[in-house]
Amino acid sequence: MTYSIIDDARVILAGHTNGESSLLAMLEEVQGRHRYLPRDVLILISERLDIPLSQVYSVATFYNAFSLEPKGCHRFQVCTGTACHVRGAMQVLDRLETQLGIQAGQTSADLEYTLETVNCLGACALGPVVVANGSYSRHMTASQVDRLLRRIKRDA
Amino acid sequence: MHRLKTPQDLEAWRKVIKQDIDPDRPRLRVCGGTGCRSLGGPQLVDALQRALDGAGQSGQVEVVVTGCQGFCEQGPLVTVAPEEIAYQRVSPENAEAIISETIEAGRVVEELLYADPDNGHRSLRESEIPFYSHQTRRVMVLNGKIDPRRVEDYLASGGYQALSKALVQLEPEGIIEEVIRSGLRGRGGAGFPTGVKWKLCRREPGDIKYVICNADEGDPGAFMDRSLLEANPHSVIEGMIVGARAIGAKEGFIYVRSEYPLAVETLGIALAQARECGLLGRDILGSGFDFDIQLRLGAGAFVCGEETALMASIEGRPGEPRPRPPYPAQSGLWGQPTNINNVKSWASVPLIIANGAEWFAEVGTESSKGTAIFSMVGKINNTGLVEVPMGISLRELVFDVGGGIPGGKAFKAVQIGGPSGGCIPAKHLDTPIDYDSLTNLGAIMGSGGLVITDETTCMVDLARYFMNFVQQESCGQCLPCRWGTQVMLDTLTRICDGQGQPGDIETLERLAKTVKVASLCGLGQTAPNPVLSTLRHFRAEYEAHVYEGRCPAGVCRGLITYEIDPEVCTGCMVCARNCSVGAITGEKKQPHMIDPELCTRCGLCMQVCKFNGVTVH
Repeated sequence: MTYSIIDDARVILAGHTNGESSLLAMLEEVQGRHRYLPRDVLILISERLDIPLSQVYSVATFYNAFSLEPKGCHRFQVCTGTACHVRGAMQVLDRLETQLGIQAGQTSADLEYTLETVNCLGACALGPVVVANGSYSRHMTASQVDRLLRRIKRDA
Repeated sequence: MHRLKTPQDLEAWRKVIKQDIDPDRPRLRVCGGTGCRSLGGPQLVDALQRALDGAGQSGQVEVVVTGCQGFCEQGPLVTVAPEEIAYQRVSPENAEAIISETIEAGRVVEELLYADPDNGHRSLRESEIPFYSHQTRRVMVLNGKIDPRRVEDYLASGGYQALSKALVQLEPEGIIEEVIRSGLRGRGGAGFPTGVKWKLCRREPGDIKYVICNADEGDPGAFMDRSLLEANPHSVIEGMIVGARAIGAKEGFIYVRSEYPLAVETLGIALAQARECGLLGRDILGSGFDFDIQLRLGAGAFVCGEETALMASIEGRPGEPRPRPPYPAQSGLWGQPTNINNVKSWASVPLIIANGAEWFAEVGTESSKGTAIFSMVGKINNTGLVEVPMGISLRELVFDVGGGIPGGKAFKAVQIGGPSGGCIPAKHLDTPIDYDSLTNLGAIMGSGGLVITDETTCMVDLARYFMNFVQQESCGQCLPCRWGTQVMLDTLTRICDGQGQPGDIETLERLAKTVKVASLCGLGQTAPNPVLSTLRHFRAEYEAHVYEGRCPAGVCRGLITYEIDPEVCTGCMVCARNCSVGAITGEKKQPHMIDPELCTRCGLCMQVCKFNGVTVH
């Protein structure tokens, strides 16, 4: 699998011509396509930009959007922005953690589920918001988490 | 698309576009902002299109997907032009009715009109709805009116007029003078006079200068910048070109959060269009002035909203701030003089140049000119985006525009300015909203996030929330921020868990002062503000946690218990079935009990009980 990612990464890298200042954009594109940054891609980028691997690593680990570990097939993002927080986002997160058996920031061992928190999606009127595989669920409560999970498991 | 070579080309094309617009042609404007989209906007657009096709009206009626119209609470929003009938909470099932009733028969679909929650009175038009009627929309005047993906729409509404003026009629110094006279202060929160900032950057020696638009809107609960970029990206681009001309920059960057995919997409389209018509690039409108803008995406680091960190990030490095001076105007991006402004500041510039400084300054207060844009969120009836004159009172904003607090609960405070800001309690509701009055109360204008809290919000928990936020987002370079915020967070967590000890409050106060003074950048220097401000206005709440072991708002889990009222409980067993830890027991049709040892205080039983039989103590 890694080999196809490497091939794809070569194509992505070729599209960036701003030298060192493209680093962030390169990482963003690889992350966006493959949902994580494999070690071999980081090495490839360091060679291509002629900068130390440590520098690539420092950028890759500084920003929240990047992950060095593969993510699960189903991705849950719980918005924990202030508006969602005062409307009970923590209870929603709690329920997801209990039901999925993983903590926020973790991926299940079978690579099925990833649970994340995001700082604010700017969809504050809908809060608490959970984004499951890119689709927004609004005004979430703990009991609606159960319904959402049932639906996702059924569709899978 | 036209390639415009002179200001006359621009005006000629504008004329053609305007002539092509039939003001009487029916138009359905559907809000395509992030809020309405997640409420089913795209499905609604499809349904409307299908209904039009079915009625054979698709040639006559235009469906326009606009950017955020602001009233997110009532989305998805549809406005029927030219009558300007404002439909709200429209679902795809309503599409047929809108076409057959309103478009074909000219009748209003009553149930889709806004209904006043107090008296049920329905409003036909936006301008009759209190949420809109108390606003003064200037920067946001085109939000929801134009298709952000069509530069033609912006031009038809007078767009890029300011650019013509700035290139032909005004010298760079003249542009700066006009912006200074307008009294525009930085809308990113700090409130530094924008024109003065430009002047400083212009005065710096050097041929290479940069302008940057800071669209890294990281404050949780704030989405003004996102909405502007989604609804009217060309106003920001125009502002940047005018600014670049004034400062003498040839290159610009827009640094936008990657969490805003729609804004990124809209901006990308707008930049490409501007380039295609010659409004960006070489020799803009034949003036000899070259300028282009690159889009850069953030990667989920709050600290990148700080200007020196943002520039590091554009350079491809970790977003770590550095001490100032030197200020960006002296040594910014790649060591060159750089001017950074917020999205709303840039979007204000075309208005100032096109309408004049006097027009801009006629709204607002002595020291804070113009309008302020807020996103009002939290415990408020009308969640959404509002633009009001500077100097309006908080009371007007929360109760007239915002429609007050839902569920008959009591207003407690507004939290303004996000993790760097503070809260303002009920007794200061009549405070005018301007830079200086808010600072006097220990809050800040900030970028415009306004979180309303009610009696069920615990202020200690809210302070803990923000401290947790900044602690996670601290870049870790300087000790006061990295470690100081950690100790403050630990202390707050202990207090919320019911483990608070005498002296904790004083520790918080002492540490807050150190972190404020000793931190490297704005993030650390303002991180203690939410704690200091809640302590200032709600000290009794902290004391109740520490000394009485009580959370007055009933939020902090370590200090509350859930109980079932045996008088109310019908024994329906819904709560017992939902409890994930099996803490609820009881026979069918008999009152149930919660075992406080097993209970995790998740509150689910309270949510699912149909008889309000679960209470919190």
